[in-house]
Amino acid sequence: MTTDFWRIVFGRLDLGALDFLTAFRDPTLNEIILSGAAWAVILGGLAAVAVLSRYRLWGPLWRNYLVSVDHKRIGIMYIVLAGIMLVRGVLEGVVMRGQQADGLGGGFLSANHYAQLFSTHGTIMIFFMAMPFLTGLINIVVPLQIGARDVSFPMLNSASLGLTVAGAALVMISLVVGAFSTGGWTAYPPYTDSLFQPGPGPDYWLWSVLLAGVGTTMTGINFVVTILRERAPGMTLMKMPMFTWTALCTAILMVFALPPVTVSTAMLLLDRYAGFHFFTNALGGNMMNYANLFWLFGHPEVYILILPAFGVYSEIVATYSGKRLYGYGSLVVATMSIAVLSFTVWLHHFFTMGQDADMNAAFGIATMLIGVPTGVKVYDWMATMYRGRVRMTVPMVYLVSFMVLFVLGGLSGIILANPSIDFQVHNTLFLVAHFHNMLIPGLLFGMLAGYTYWFPKLFGFRLNDRWGYISAWSWVAGFVLVFFPMYVVGLMGMTRRTVAYTNPAYQPWMILSAVGGVFVTVALASLFVQLYVSIRDRAFTRDIGGDPWDARTLEWATPSPVPAYNFAVIPHVHAREAFAVAKEAGLGYQAPPAYADIHLPGDTWMGVILAVFGTAFGFGMIWYMWWLAALSFAVMAVAFIGRALRGDRAGVIIPAAQVAAEHRAWLAAVGRLAPVTREHEQDGINHGVAAPETREVAA
Amino acid sequence: MSNARPEGSGQRTRRRLRSHWAGAPLLAAVAAAKAGAARAEGFLAPAGPVAMAQNVHFWQVTWISMIVVLPVLVGVPLLAWHYRYGNARARYMPNWDFSHALEWVMWLVPAAIVVVLGVLLWQGAHSLDPYRPIASDKAPLKVQVVGLDWKWLFIYPDYHIATVGEMAFPQDRPVQMELTTDTVMQSFLVPALAGQIYAMPGMVTKLNLAADRVGHFDGMNTQYSGDGFDDQHFTAVAMSKDDFDAWLKEVQAKGVALNPMAYARLATSSTPAEVRATFGNPAMPPSVTYFNDVPTDLFGGIVMRYHNGHPMTPADQPGTAAYNTKYSG
Repeated sequence: MTTDFWRIVFGRLDLGALDFLTAFRDPTLNEIILSGAAWAVILGGLAAVAVLSRYRLWGPLWRNYLVSVDHKRIGIMYIVLAGIMLVRGVLEGVVMRGQQADGLGGGFLSANHYAQLFSTHGTIMIFFMAMPFLTGLINIVVPLQIGARDVSFPMLNSASLGLTVAGAALVMISLVVGAFSTGGWTAYPPYTDSLFQPGPGPDYWLWSVLLAGVGTTMTGINFVVTILRERAPGMTLMKMPMFTWTALCTAILMVFALPPVTVSTAMLLLDRYAGFHFFTNALGGNMMNYANLFWLFGHPEVYILILPAFGVYSEIVATYSGKRLYGYGSLVVATMSIAVLSFTVWLHHFFTMGQDADMNAAFGIATMLIGVPTGVKVYDWMATMYRGRVRMTVPMVYLVSFMVLFVLGGLSGIILANPSIDFQVHNTLFLVAHFHNMLIPGLLFGMLAGYTYWFPKLFGFRLNDRWGYISAWSWVAGFVLVFFPMYVVGLMGMTRRTVAYTNPAYQPWMILSAVGGVFVTVALASLFVQLYVSIRDRAFTRDIGGDPWDARTLEWATPSPVPAYNFAVIPHVHAREAFAVAKEAGLGYQAPPAYADIHLPGDTWMGVILAVFGTAFGFGMIWYMWWLAALSFAVMAVAFIGRALRGDRAGVIIPAAQVAAEHRAWLAAVGRLAPVTREHEQDGINHGVAAPETREVAA
Repeated sequence: MSNARPEGSGQRTRRRLRSHWAGAPLLAAVAAAKAGAARAEGFLAPAGPVAMAQNVHFWQVTWISMIVVLPVLVGVPLLAWHYRYGNARARYMPNWDFSHALEWVMWLVPAAIVVVLGVLLWQGAHSLDPYRPIASDKAPLKVQVVGLDWKWLFIYPDYHIATVGEMAFPQDRPVQMELTTDTVMQSFLVPALAGQIYAMPGMVTKLNLAADRVGHFDGMNTQYSGDGFDDQHFTAVAMSKDDFDAWLKEVQAKGVALNPMAYARLATSSTPAEVRATFGNPAMPPSVTYFNDVPTDLFGGIVMRYHNGHPMTPADQPGTAAYNTKYSG
């Protein structure tokens, strides 16, 4: 009777699932690392609670962030989430490098622990680092670039964030309670079927990805509508900044590419929970249908990841070259081509399935075709630097390193696109090196460049340059050292996901790769040191004028930090790079003839409700605590439908007089500041008003 | 590559408890010394016609792509340096943002290269299709491959023998393989000889390979399949015709019978070394197990187990904990 009662309450959860206790029972290095990670999550959470309580920050956190629908605040929360997950993802990567350096016939990790590491590493980096980071940047920048007050559906935006947080929370909880999946970030059945993996591991993966996937689909819808409907008057599609174009393409891809993974995830859940046979070995199940559905999402997904980074690069290359972006039309066409072609190549992830040569060749050629618009983009950025005045700021270090490294990744991509060669290097470390080569210089460098570039716009001070350079160069060195050796051992036939190996020829390369792990750790730590130093020294890098980089697009025509309503008066747009054109004409800082009341959407608890009860729902499903799952789902459903019926009753009106006062005060401050030349861009005298030096045509 | 796997690599329990961080600096020094002597391996040192063609194709693609890669590798640092902010001598055209000539070059050169590479790709995909028999005046040797947790079972249907840990074949005859698994999905690869192909339960895939010299070549599963995945290697041994005939006799003489009970036990989760410990005898090479009296169409029976209209229960499905408990004995 009592046993049954506890089984209903706790489902299949028992004390043995508590990872932070295992090291006390079995103190080997493997278990100590396992428990240590659990303790890091617990203590990290407690430390955050303590700091928030000590400095009485719960109130401001709740009012200014958690219930806010301000796109900038939501963007910041996305990036904070990405930062936390980046720490875990990188450290897991470094532990894996250590293991493989030591992996000649052994190592210090168990095979199961290693498999959990590569599974969580991939899942976290894709779904809970890269996606939140780019979603955060899009949230922050797009409404500003198109001259809008907010996104089209502010409550939905908060809800998307809530679901993403719930997914991330489940992955973090898996460190403390139970084990994560060992099926990799792709979770191929039948390995992840309940027959082979009856435990909670694959369920952690499935519910995390399902929740985050629904959130991402809603984000996609939100930004497609926002970009198509909320642009300032005069901003035609072909006057949009490149970052907004890439955001549009990414949002479209999210709308069309996320449903396949939501469906394949739901189907695998039905297999696992309800005895269905979509992907099982027997009864007509077909695991390759999962591979098809997953990669029908998975390949557009890599362009979801890379396109916003391309957008960042397009913005910074023009700004830091002091020059118009070369080949805008080409870049738009290239971006759109990539978005469309991305749906035609998914089969190249399994050339080795046994389909016929015609099919492999068709998908291989489609894959190589994507190289054309991608190459054009790189050439366009080079042409933008040509006859420019290039300042090697931190974002430019990322850009230049990206261009050099990315084409090498492109080369390995072209190699992999050939089915006959792919048969050799598929599933080897060559493949691992390839996609890290695309995603680290491509996505991560782009995101970090964007973070550095737009940081002052949000917080009103610039990031520290010294630590920025240290971090950027460490990322570059670390990336090269970690992943180039993998190309070599991959060509030699070393498989991915192998905890150990017996071929001594691999080990020198794996040791080199582990040395790279040290650089990557330094790079990660430097980012946090940079943030600390920047906050400490913020008095010296104050951005008041709002234009610290002599930048070109509309978001720089606002004060830093940007007010909640973004623009005092919605601007009329007459040109691409509207702010650069206005500055050239001497009209960068104009007082409008009149101000009007501004309507802003009201706060909502929806994000918090979905984050908390989404996590509880997932946890309940994973551990078979059906009462918890049902209760949480009911709360979410009632809250969401109720809010939809009720509408936004908390809207805010900012009176015209207040807007006028704030805007005039800012214009007066701009008038008092001395404009700085680019020579002093990184100095203490740069307070965000640019001298017009780069706007004259030299001989 | 030509080094066979050392004995005992499959003894997982011993290995996992070991940690030699203390020796890491020494290890690094030794490894660095070896780095200079790193040899070409895998399909970089091809030992058969398929791997050789893949090797050629690899270098063709790499060199042709340099036409679009090199301008970036060279141009980006040059542009960044020459047009640096402080260089007053460099020309500055802040409003220049388009050139027709440049556009044509940017789009057409990569497009032309993709056309060339596309032709090569199409030819390669067909000529190196793993299903395509390898041209030879000798009849191919038939081998049926069953992926199990965590070893490959090689069945020689024409000789009623089977092996684990070693796949021998005559160097002058192509090998025609059919593959399936009796557990999760796996992927079969012998880098020095040919590319890989997935092996899936209830399904049959095909692979053709050949060696043009005698030798020992590392083969493996490349698709992660659980705790023993890293031990799922074997040695592909290409031998002369006479040696192969002798090998066949030896396996037939020394092997143990692969009756249904033996197969059920073999299908439990184990590494090649553990299979040798369970079934083998001192006459078999290390980590290699020979079987004889293999039932006719054992392979077809394994495939059809998944098409009988019944769901698999854990106790019937090799690779599950319940199956291991039931059959480990």
